[in-house]
Amino acid sequence: MLEVDRLAVNYRGVCGLDRVSFRINPGQLVGVIGPNGAGKSTMLKAMLGLVPSSGGRVSYCTCPLHQQLERVAYVPQRSQVDWDYPITVWNTVMMARTRSLGWFRHPGRAAKEMVEAALERVDILNLKDRRIGELSGGQQQRVFLARALAQQAEVLLFDEPFTGVDKKTEGILLNIFDELRIEGKIMLVSSHDWGQTLTHLDRLLLLNQRLIADGSPQQVMTPENLHQAYGASLRTTARTTLDTNLFC
Amino acid sequence: MLSWLLDPLHYEFMRNALAISILIGVLCPVVGSYLIVQRMALLGDVIAHCVLPGLSISFFLGIDILIGAFTSGLLGTFIVAWIRSQSRVKVDAAMALTFSSFFALGVTLITTLKNKIDLDSFLFGDILGVTTHDIYRTLIITALILVTVKLFYKELLFFTFDRTGAQATGLPVNAIHFGFTAAITLTIIASMQAVGVILVIALLVGPALTAYLLVKELHQMMGLGALIGLFASISGVYISYYKNLPSGPAIVLVSSTLFIFALLFSPAQGILTRPDSTVSLTSLIKRLGPSKRS
Repeated sequence: MLEVDRLAVNYRGVCGLDRVSFRINPGQLVGVIGPNGAGKSTMLKAMLGLVPSSGGRVSYCTCPLHQQLERVAYVPQRSQVDWDYPITVWNTVMMARTRSLGWFRHPGRAAKEMVEAALERVDILNLKDRRIGELSGGQQQRVFLARALAQQAEVLLFDEPFTGVDKKTEGILLNIFDELRIEGKIMLVSSHDWGQTLTHLDRLLLLNQRLIADGSPQQVMTPENLHQAYGASLRTTARTTLDTNLFC
Repeated sequence: MLSWLLDPLHYEFMRNALAISILIGVLCPVVGSYLIVQRMALLGDVIAHCVLPGLSISFFLGIDILIGAFTSGLLGTFIVAWIRSQSRVKVDAAMALTFSSFFALGVTLITTLKNKIDLDSFLFGDILGVTTHDIYRTLIITALILVTVKLFYKELLFFTFDRTGAQATGLPVNAIHFGFTAAITLTIIASMQAVGVILVIALLVGPALTAYLLVKELHQMMGLGALIGLFASISGVYISYYKNLPSGPAIVLVSSTLFIFALLFSPAQGILTRPDSTVSLTSLIKRLGPSKRS
């Protein structure tokens, strides 16, 4: 079980995250939703110790998560990646094996098979020798999904994986989330715009610095909760879209 | 042609100059590739200027310049990092202020400590004054860095491509960053004699950037960059010998000329030759054709 207990982040006196607590069981797909600047990315990063937390604890199987990072796969936002970097799809996915191979060792047959299987699973094996900058947005997202798969982690954190991707990639992402759920993985997925994909989630966390609601999508997406999270910025149209996606 | 190539080798100073050119011609593009892909090319410039106070103090104390320059260069990068972490000052401003201050301190120290340093030779290089001791120092630094890059290639690739991701898998990113800064400082010290602290950035960045436009992977960028660097530094030394030009600028200008060629004619990314180019070579020829007739 993944347990986040009163996790808080302060950055130069500004509150980024205010004592957020939740637990996730194996085989659960949990979404994190909230407006821009709500602290979704900060929370994922603070869970891994990528940004310093000012308080709280994150543990997995009763031990601190940052001491067992080899069991975690983190997929950054697509906008945070330098797509002009001179690297091919194959070598990007191979990075997943860096830690488990250990120092001074080159990838062997097993690592290559894992990378190949991951690329096959996200349907971009035919692009393996391409430079990553030559791919479309959706294909780029799938490269990072393949990297997370090749890592064979037990906890997977995705930061805005649905942003700017095509329908095909969205479908592949959702299928793989379903498969990983069956395999008993823990998944935490942030998004500022869920649209139709909300219905695939087991649980939803509504965040705006603090945790406003935690429950099934139907329990969380109530007008009161949304008003608390988005305030006046949530226009009626946006709310109607959310309601339509969720309840129709 | 052969005598044109062999004649300069009769002189010891030319043999030394060529030896050090070969070493830094290979070393600079390998380290420079990492600088480019991390968008940190200016860090090379910062360190290059920051070594000056250390040089002056080393001369004053009579110790190897490697010790003083290395300490001083690293201190400069720590100060930049410290200013960034403690304030809202952005990295470019912190770098500009730090390197110019260190440079000013270096020049002041040279005057006040009455060093017998020829400031010009450190600023612009004095490849003809290279000693055997300099060559051994550069050889050791080159071997050390190339072996380290080979041993830690996959970790360095991960770190430079996706630092957050590397940290998320538990790689010791702070230690890698420190090692990386140390490697840049050592490379600059090794190249100082040949091209000087002002121009070393051109040799770090130029050949690697030329290669970047021609290949699709980091290791290819390093390999091709090293070949280009080798060509630029050797031909720069010959040009400087036959045309009586300063060697540092000659090396840098050869490297920059090669970059311009790659920028225009790289098959995949050249301004005139890339597939989506609006000013393709053929259309340019076509456009020039009628105007010639008229």
